[in-house]
Amino acid sequence: MMALFIVGLSLGLAMKFELLAPGKTIMGAQDYNATFTLHGIIMIFLIVVPGLPAVFGNFFLPILIGAKDVAFPKLNLLSWWIYIVGATIAISSQFFGDGPPDTGWTFYAPYSFKTGTNMLPAVLGAFVLGFSSIVTGLNFIVTIHRLRCPGMGWFKMPLFVWSLYGTAWIQLLATPIVGITLVMVILERTLNIGFFDPALGGDPILYQHLFWIYSHPAVYIMILPAMGVISEIIPTFSQKHIFGYKAIIISTMAIAFVGYFVWGHHMFTSGMSGTALYTFSLLTFLVAIPSAIKVFNWVATLHKASINLKTPLYWALAFMFVFMVGGLSGMALGALATDVYLHDTAFVVGHFHYIVFGGTGFAFLGAMHYWFPKMYGRMYDAQWANTGLVIMFIGFNALYAPMFYLGMIGMPRRYFDYLPQFHAANILSTMGSWVMATGFFIVLINLIRSSRNGAPAEVDPWHGKTLEWTVPSPPPVLNFDEIPTLGEDDGPYEYK
Amino acid sequence: MTDIHLHRDDEASKIGMWLFIFTELLLFGGLFIAYSIYRFKNPVAFHMAAEELDLSVGLINTIILLTSSATLAMAYTAVQLGKIGTSKILTSATIILAIVFLINKYFEWGAKFEHNLYPGSDYLMELSQGEILFFGLYFAMTGLHALHIIIGLILMFVVLSRLQNKTMTSDNNQLLENSGLYWHLVDIIWIFLFPLFYLIT
Ligand code: HEM
Ligand SMILES: [Cu+2]
Repeated sequence: MMALFIVGLSLGLAMKFELLAPGKTIMGAQDYNATFTLHGIIMIFLIVVPGLPAVFGNFFLPILIGAKDVAFPKLNLLSWWIYIVGATIAISSQFFGDGPPDTGWTFYAPYSFKTGTNMLPAVLGAFVLGFSSIVTGLNFIVTIHRLRCPGMGWFKMPLFVWSLYGTAWIQLLATPIVGITLVMVILERTLNIGFFDPALGGDPILYQHLFWIYSHPAVYIMILPAMGVISEIIPTFSQKHIFGYKAIIISTMAIAFVGYFVWGHHMFTSGMSGTALYTFSLLTFLVAIPSAIKVFNWVATLHKASINLKTPLYWALAFMFVFMVGGLSGMALGALATDVYLHDTAFVVGHFHYIVFGGTGFAFLGAMHYWFPKMYGRMYDAQWANTGLVIMFIGFNALYAPMFYLGMIGMPRRYFDYLPQFHAANILSTMGSWVMATGFFIVLINLIRSSRNGAPAEVDPWHGKTLEWTVPSPPPVLNFDEIPTLGEDDGPYEYK
Repeated sequence: MTDIHLHRDDEASKIGMWLFIFTELLLFGGLFIAYSIYRFKNPVAFHMAAEELDLSVGLINTIILLTSSATLAMAYTAVQLGKIGTSKILTSATIILAIVFLINKYFEWGAKFEHNLYPGSDYLMELSQGEILFFGLYFAMTGLHALHIIIGLILMFVVLSRLQNKTMTSDNNQLLENSGLYWHLVDIIWIFLFPLFYLIT
């Protein structure tokens, strides 16, 4: 997965390099289209959607609820193999057939069945990956229902577990829709059925609806676990009970639920009735409320706490900053009048990178620095970790903030070329990409080195109160010798 | 992931199966949405096209599937009561019914192909857009359904072999219960497909 991420990152860097100057810099239109398609497929389907649940969920979910393993270990292994197969199929699209796919990760019809490029493996790969996602979600739901240790009531579960629970339901209920949609594209390409082909009576707009019915909830698959991680890190380093424990749970479930009904905000310019436009816009604003509730709760937890300033907390703070910028820019896109203007501009690219990379990506790195001692039994070098973080944070903002500006002055997304007036901001953005990559590699190399020769970690280096801090670092294969029992006063955040 | 055996949890695998069934319903749900939208847009053409389908074949297949659901449910009851022999017979009966269903489907589709009615055929392309969509949906939905029948068949063969080598007993029969749930799902989807394609003319 790390290797895939680095490939995806390099593709991103290549695109930014292309945009260093107007006109052709290192690649032409077709190559640029292929690059952003592969970048999107890798980052969304292979990294961000499965990332946190697969890496940290599988490892920590059982420990956090006091179980020896997930409910279906074999199914878990199966999900991993399906992932490998899906990834292989999707990436094979690059190497044979009539050239790499060029539709973008959204596979919009009718282009996705008209283009001569090698779409089939890409679409099929995404379908198979969806399967893997469903299986993981199913496994997590059953695990949480069946395997909580004695005393671990629903409202004693750590918030990361709650966020995985909400995520798992979305995975289960939304992924089949995109599955069937992708199958329809495949049938369309191979058998000429006409679902989305206006020449045969089909409707390409239907594709967009079906796609976003999944893909908007999917953005919550990406962000909910990230919010869960932050909800673990903040109380641990504030040494204090999290503020509004139940409010965070309710907001998680509210996001999971309302998130189903806002997909239309991706289609404000596609042609919908006025009523539909207003409804989707209103619901989009509603779904932002629970996200804001969480931010307020985190801030309130930090308020007057005895804060233990360590690397994971820095990541959490960085997360909160970029998440707020991303969320507020989402408001600009969720409002009809502004979106008609901003749709398909660099502004949208800025928005979702702030949330997906800044949000989920930073939360992933935060989780890495939080749980690293537990997973590897070693500490990392905090100095280097913090240096990398600062450089990455600066680079990140230099890279994506100009995109808001560029979008506002009218630069469209997904073009390899641009008008001269967009030049200055693009230079800044491209240089930002170099700074950010540098920071990232510092962070990464530090972690890799520390996993080999860092100082041995204690059982509970951060004074955490959740169950993973009661087992040895790294945990034994079956986590606990004896299934733990939670007493009345024990709980995930019971600081005295 | 270990090979150490954790305790068996039948309840868990049943919840798991139910969740999986939800996802299957949603999978078909996407196609049902497409069906209803295109039917709404092309009422007359859908009406005309449905007349082409053979009601009696559809009806026979409906009866076959309903019966097979019953036999499999009985097979489960039998195994719970420890009547392994009866359970074997009933599971085999279900398998045979499922195969008959597929044979029927084969002849039905075969007849369509003979009349040059298949996705992308020259003849179909000359019909109206609504009819093209109707047959596209017909083949996609019944095709996907047939695929589920085949998966169900495989499951039932596994059940049968477990009954045979006695690894499935009156207190270890989760696989049969789950196969039964799955088979009812296949049945229910057909109960929707049948009126939508054959009956509403
Ligand atoms: C405060 C909450 C949010 C609001 C109001 C919001 C709103 C929007 C809107 C209206 C668009 C469509 C813009 C356009 O194409 O014209 C959009 C695009 C997008 N959003 Fe958000 N968003 C929010 C949170 C998120 C989150 C949490 C994620 C992911 C973790 C996310 C990921 C994306 C992505 C990936 C796209 C672009 C899809 C594409 O066209 O390629 N957003 N957002
Ligand atoms: Cu959205």
